[in-house]
Amino acid sequence: MGLTGIQIFKLLPKKNCKECGQPTCLAFAMQLAQGKTELSKCPYVSDEAKAKLAEASEPPIRGVVIGTGDEQYKIGEELVLYRHDKTFFNPPLIGVLFKDTEDDATIDARLKNFNEVSFERVGYILKAHLAVVKNESGDAGKFTALLQKIKDNTKKPIMAMSDDVAALEQAAGILKGTKGVLYAATEENYEKLVDIAKANELSLVLKAPIEKVAELTPKIVEKGFKDIILDTEARDAKTMFQHNTFVRRLALKKKDKAYGFPTCNLIYEMTDDEIKEATIAALAIAKYGGIIVISDCKPEVILPLAIQRLNIYTDPQRPMVVEQGIYPINEPDENSPVIVTTNFALTYFIVAAAIEASRVPTWLVIMDVEGMSVLTAWSAGKFVADAIAPFIKKVGIADKIKHRKIIIPGYVAQISGELQEELGEDWEVVIGTREAADIPAFLKEYVAKNQ
Amino acid sequence: MAFAIPKENYAGKVREIVIGKGDKAVKIGGYDSMPLCTFEGTWPNKPVVAMEVYDVAPELNAQGWPPATFEAFKDVINDPGAWAKKCLEYGADLICVQLAGTDPNAQNKSAEEAIEVVKKVKEAVGDIPLIIWGSNNLEKDQEVLPAIMEAFPNENWLFGPAEEGNYKKITASAIGYGHLVAGKSSIDVNLAKQLNILIENLGLSLDKVVMDPTTASLGYGIEYTYSVMERISLAALAQNDDKMQNPFINDLAKEAWKTREAMLTVEEEPTYGEQNTRGILMESITAIDLIAAGSSILIMRNPTAVKVIKELINELYS
Ligand code: SF4
Repeated sequence: MGLTGIQIFKLLPKKNCKECGQPTCLAFAMQLAQGKTELSKCPYVSDEAKAKLAEASEPPIRGVVIGTGDEQYKIGEELVLYRHDKTFFNPPLIGVLFKDTEDDATIDARLKNFNEVSFERVGYILKAHLAVVKNESGDAGKFTALLQKIKDNTKKPIMAMSDDVAALEQAAGILKGTKGVLYAATEENYEKLVDIAKANELSLVLKAPIEKVAELTPKIVEKGFKDIILDTEARDAKTMFQHNTFVRRLALKKKDKAYGFPTCNLIYEMTDDEIKEATIAALAIAKYGGIIVISDCKPEVILPLAIQRLNIYTDPQRPMVVEQGIYPINEPDENSPVIVTTNFALTYFIVAAAIEASRVPTWLVIMDVEGMSVLTAWSAGKFVADAIAPFIKKVGIADKIKHRKIIIPGYVAQISGELQEELGEDWEVVIGTREAADIPAFLKEYVAKNQ
Repeated sequence: MAFAIPKENYAGKVREIVIGKGDKAVKIGGYDSMPLCTFEGTWPNKPVVAMEVYDVAPELNAQGWPPATFEAFKDVINDPGAWAKKCLEYGADLICVQLAGTDPNAQNKSAEEAIEVVKKVKEAVGDIPLIIWGSNNLEKDQEVLPAIMEAFPNENWLFGPAEEGNYKKITASAIGYGHLVAGKSSIDVNLAKQLNILIENLGLSLDKVVMDPTTASLGYGIEYTYSVMERISLAALAQNDDKMQNPFINDLAKEAWKTREAMLTVEEEPTYGEQNTRGILMESITAIDLIAAGSSILIMRNPTAVKVIKELINELYS
């Protein structure tokens, strides 16, 4: 990463013994530079070389691990400014604020949502990730009581937030073993907080003006602590966008290690308007936020925000796919129509939404064509008669219906004859619509005709 | 050591485009840095919001018209002129007349009927520039859009979408009757460039062209639109490709409001939470993504989403 193949080569033993699986040390160095092999494959590197290489091969933005078990997440370790250049790797955590000045009913309702609001979408779970407990009261007792309560009632990681070092020290004791986050170290108190974070295995937000970061993070790293997250004190959308962009560019383009950490954006401080807050949070997701804190955990807000997180962090090289299989929509029965299409997630979403809108009970049968759309899959020879016919027989739709009619997308009307032949006498192939938007009208007419 | 902002150098600049005429003309484009990067470039014009007026009154809970969008216009929904005025009250910078009703698969309204609708809107809003958007039916759009251009010559309005299959007629009429064209290509850098070249070769100056890269909604492909716009912007600005230096228009409201996240009621999907907020966020998040990716004209629907997006545009480009 940091070093070129030649620079790495200079650190190798130059025995050319091939034990690493490469013909020469130089070849090994080149592979290493491209991240295609691991240093441990060479048994002869010196410890000194190892240390140098390890430092140089550290990612330009530190990966910080937060939480444990099923609720463990990593933020940071990003490599690009634009998702099309490769992909964004570690999606930000959606943090939900709990203040120690709020009444029990409010806290309990939010905590219930925090634990329970969850949606499944193309195999991913959409939800909030991090409880952010804020010492708004200034009373350490209230703060730690709330912290303890939330810790006892969630498996998700917690960020403890206070201006009071003593309160944070108590909080750290409560969070020990959870890989939670402390907020925040400042120029004044960072030495003490780094010790606390280290002793309790927590990560630590550094709250400092962006120009001060360059001074402070090296001092913290010198103390042997690297799990740093940056809050550059941006408290409006414009400053947030700019700071996040500066931090990302400094780390990646200027190779400035002092800025090589994930960011923390306190969106709830930027507005009191619910819609505006979520919209700014969405901007933070697109533009380099690491921890994104909002004021509440309503399902109608978490759903679109979590979709944003999923969409922006989708690997542009890999299409989103849904699982092959039979999807019942609007409670179909043995007389309901059967529509077949491909497993490209967008195709599935749009077709499923159109069927749903029609209110016509329908079986949607999704075929795995490696996430291609209908036309692409057809031209790649994957959504063609001699592939679809065996799939239809294997998928088991015949057990769910009395009739033997299947509807194929209008875009592959040309395969209907051949598919008919492949399927055999008892099946009937019906040509459906080209556009999903026309499905409701089509289905209504189809059902009327086939009654 | 003083903090140095890590700036990028850009070689190119996006064309400044004027829609409409006189005092009320709207300018877009003219910028020379990536979106929102006002610290390293000049943005003489902020992105603008065009609000929709439909040629055929939608019904409550028809696709795209849950209560959040329907209620805001229910008193004016049968009167395009009053509807357009309402949009101005809600803060629209310009009006987009959506001719969805001309689609042969919908009400198949004639060009004459479309002209009547445009006339009512124009009478209501005076010199506020109009965007006239077809039904996305290639055949019908190339009949209807030129007819409207002819009926309102030299207004310098923006007409779209012009696609590979019908751009010739639409472009020729725009040249003849003094209008602008929005060229729509399907989520591909090279196709976008090619369409610009084709339109220019017909004789329309690229100073009269905006680009519609095909707009998808949050949850239904926004990431494709987002990345293709970033790539086109980089080609225009970093690589100085003068065939791609045109501002973007995004017809986003239709896409955001037809999603199941916006349409499903609480009864239908209790786990999704309150329906209005959910739908408004589908629109506002789609819009903020498109702003971050470089949109210059956002075609929007819900007044609350418009208000928030306009506030954010003003803050982000202040
Ligand atoms: S194992 Fe080590 S010494 Fe041997 S060829 Fe590979 S890099 Fe060189």
